[in-house]
Amino acid sequence: MGRYVARRLLQMIPVFFGTTLLIFLMVYSLPGDPVAGLFGDKGTDPATLAALRHEHGLDQWIGKQYFDYITGILFHFDFGTQIRSGREVTEVIGAAFPVTLRLAFLAFAIEIVLGLALGIVAGLKAGKLADNVILILTLLIISMPVFVLGFIIKAVFAFQLGWITPTVSNEETWGELVAPAIVLGSLSLAYVARLTRTSMAENLRADYVRTAVAKGLPKRRVIGVHLMRNSMIPVVTFLGTDIGALMGGAVVTEGIFNVKGVGGLIYDSVLRREGLTVVGVVTVLVVVYLIASLLVDLLYAVMDPRIRYA
Amino acid sequence: MRGAKSAKWVTGAIVVALAATACGGGGGKNAGAKGEVDPNGIYSIEVGEPEKLLHPADTMESNGSIAMSGLFSQLVDYDADGKIVNVNAESVTTTDSKLWTVKLKPGWTFHDGTKVTAESYVKAWNWAANINNKQGNASWFADIKGFEALHPEAEGAKPTAEALEGLKIVDENTFTIELNSAVPYFAYKLGYEVFSPLAASFYADPAAAGEKPVGNGPYKFKSWEHKKQIELTRFDDYKGADKAKNGGVILKNYTGVEAAYEDLKAGNVDVLRQIGPKDLPVYRADLGDRAVDQAYSAIQTLAIAYYADQWKTPKKVDPKVIQGLSMAIDRDTITKTVLQGTREPATGWVAKGVLGYTPTGSGDVTKFDPAKAKALIAEGGGVPNNEIFIQFNSDGGHKEWVEAVCGSITQATGVKCTGDAKPDFQADLQARKSKQVKSIYRSGWVLDYPVNANFISDLFRTGAGGNQGGFTNPELDAKIAAADSAATLDESVKAYQAIEKDLVNYMPSIPLWYYKVNAGYSEKVQNVKYAQDGDPILDQVEVKK
Repeated sequence: MGRYVARRLLQMIPVFFGTTLLIFLMVYSLPGDPVAGLFGDKGTDPATLAALRHEHGLDQWIGKQYFDYITGILFHFDFGTQIRSGREVTEVIGAAFPVTLRLAFLAFAIEIVLGLALGIVAGLKAGKLADNVILILTLLIISMPVFVLGFIIKAVFAFQLGWITPTVSNEETWGELVAPAIVLGSLSLAYVARLTRTSMAENLRADYVRTAVAKGLPKRRVIGVHLMRNSMIPVVTFLGTDIGALMGGAVVTEGIFNVKGVGGLIYDSVLRREGLTVVGVVTVLVVVYLIASLLVDLLYAVMDPRIRYA
Repeated sequence: MRGAKSAKWVTGAIVVALAATACGGGGGKNAGAKGEVDPNGIYSIEVGEPEKLLHPADTMESNGSIAMSGLFSQLVDYDADGKIVNVNAESVTTTDSKLWTVKLKPGWTFHDGTKVTAESYVKAWNWAANINNKQGNASWFADIKGFEALHPEAEGAKPTAEALEGLKIVDENTFTIELNSAVPYFAYKLGYEVFSPLAASFYADPAAAGEKPVGNGPYKFKSWEHKKQIELTRFDDYKGADKAKNGGVILKNYTGVEAAYEDLKAGNVDVLRQIGPKDLPVYRADLGDRAVDQAYSAIQTLAIAYYADQWKTPKKVDPKVIQGLSMAIDRDTITKTVLQGTREPATGWVAKGVLGYTPTGSGDVTKFDPAKAKALIAEGGGVPNNEIFIQFNSDGGHKEWVEAVCGSITQATGVKCTGDAKPDFQADLQARKSKQVKSIYRSGWVLDYPVNANFISDLFRTGAGGNQGGFTNPELDAKIAAADSAATLDESVKAYQAIEKDLVNYMPSIPLWYYKVNAGYSEKVQNVKYAQDGDPILDQVEVKK
């Protein structure tokens, strides 16, 4: 087990370098000069452009730029500075992450609690009315674009009933984040419910469940421990990758609810050609993904003792 | 009274905000019943995160300059008709338009209590003009003698002087500005925020000062929560006539215009700068007399990329062809339908609200006349390849009207017309800069100072900053030079009016329409006015009790 974890951690190194290099190259191959873009329609003189380019190292060979960038991160935890605002990228990320983290946490909690509950009900009552209702409901959610759901929730709860404010204020309280978290988590919630349902319905007919029932174990124990544990493997796999998706993929939801988080930051930075910010945010997200998938792999062994790591 | 503040040109961010596609037109903006005013009331405005540090000489986009307009006062300002008004200056005088004498009103202080003196101005301008400080608006000082020494054009060149030769301090409240050559409207430029004074504390750490600016304006800086809000509070010792009628203003950051509009309806924000396309059809009904629909001094044009092969080989294109294309555009219908009344058809190259604006600047080349359009194009030898491309940035909401313009041209003249979409404003600029525009690109211009020269000299002079289409004409350059060396402002403005009338013979660009402010405000505030650059005037807003 220890060796497995160590090997997995070592594997993260090439992944880390590979992804950062790729993103770095992609951002720099986008058309448009980040420095020239500062001056809009009017433009500026070549002297100022050259001086700014030099200051940010943009006049260097791309390989050298990447090398400087990576060594900056590794040895000084320096993610560079933004071209326009002159702010440190670490500071920019530090401002955006906490709110997205909270939003993602709420969405994740909603999707686990509701998704699992719906999935378990549907799985145990496969083919019955409850199952069909849940299937239709989740189908509806899956087929609805995020912004439509966002606007429906706003229209009903903010404008009609007045229960919530239409946008998240600068304090970003937990209460304000519930509505965007529901929107953000709803799609995954539907997937979690469906994965759980299928996996439960299938395992209900498995030998070990029949054995457990035959042993005379109480129903709660059969479902809660024997059935659930095995059925959770595909669900946990999905949840693991979803953490990263929730953190980075919230562009639309954050836009609708005026949350100044990571999604908007990436969007803004791509638009403004803030290469270092994009790479920095993505690097953090890559690390989140790597850790989440490591945790998922470790959880496998806990859930299904037949899975063992050499 | 502070009628208007100096403006800036449109950047990508602003163009996105201006991306109007739908709206109901017409209607006035009667002031509602006047409520009792709380002189210390604080209100909020929807503003995006400034792109850069808050340095007066480096702020070019709207989000930064709206904060600047509260924090800094300049020597002069303009009223709503484009007339000059002294602010920090007691007088700005000249006899030959070349040597200017500035006298300051005594007793002004910066927000930190230090005096505003002639040195505050001279030192600030020297700093801003110096290439080492990389200020984006440094070129504004190019009129002043000795600029080249401080700001050499060539890449990597070092400045050979410490200060602008043309600036001389006479006494504590007087300084003189000597220009390279006569510029009759130079006093007008002085209202632009690049000409702000700086407090002595600035030079110790300019970067820190950009995060926490110390100005001399009606508001002092309180806090800046990045990407969230900037708070300004009234500066009680302010000596200017444009003293704030409220206790302060919060510049609130929104992820989009739609979210801001919803917050306006929910009462969480008080003043908007722009209504998003989604809400334009309903905002008038929602807001009643709090809905704003007002013209401001900005124009949208189709600029011709004269360097493109299409226009120069085998021979230079006849301006008649461009005139024909212009007359093939049905501006009235497009502004009414596709742009749903958020623009007004242009009748010249100079936008409304600036000194020297005439309603007939472009003669009849902006009138829709398919028959004449066809005839003109034929007379001029036809459009090469019988095909044109209009380049635009697709992040700015321009697609719809570009298609409509193309449709209009094709229908009227049979010239094939295609929109050439670039993914975003950066890519659009890149194509302009590297001279890859195929034939025509969309261009926009918001006034820098309210004189017609700003819409002609800064756009069509050979090598001018706004002239990215490679248009060059020695005759026109000579006329501009003559207008610039006119003895008085009046004569210069008249000379530029004559040039504008003459532009139809050159057709450097096709004027399309003037911009309008479509915005609104909450029930909590009144007396919300918008300046010539389309931004709300911060100090005029009154907060109700």
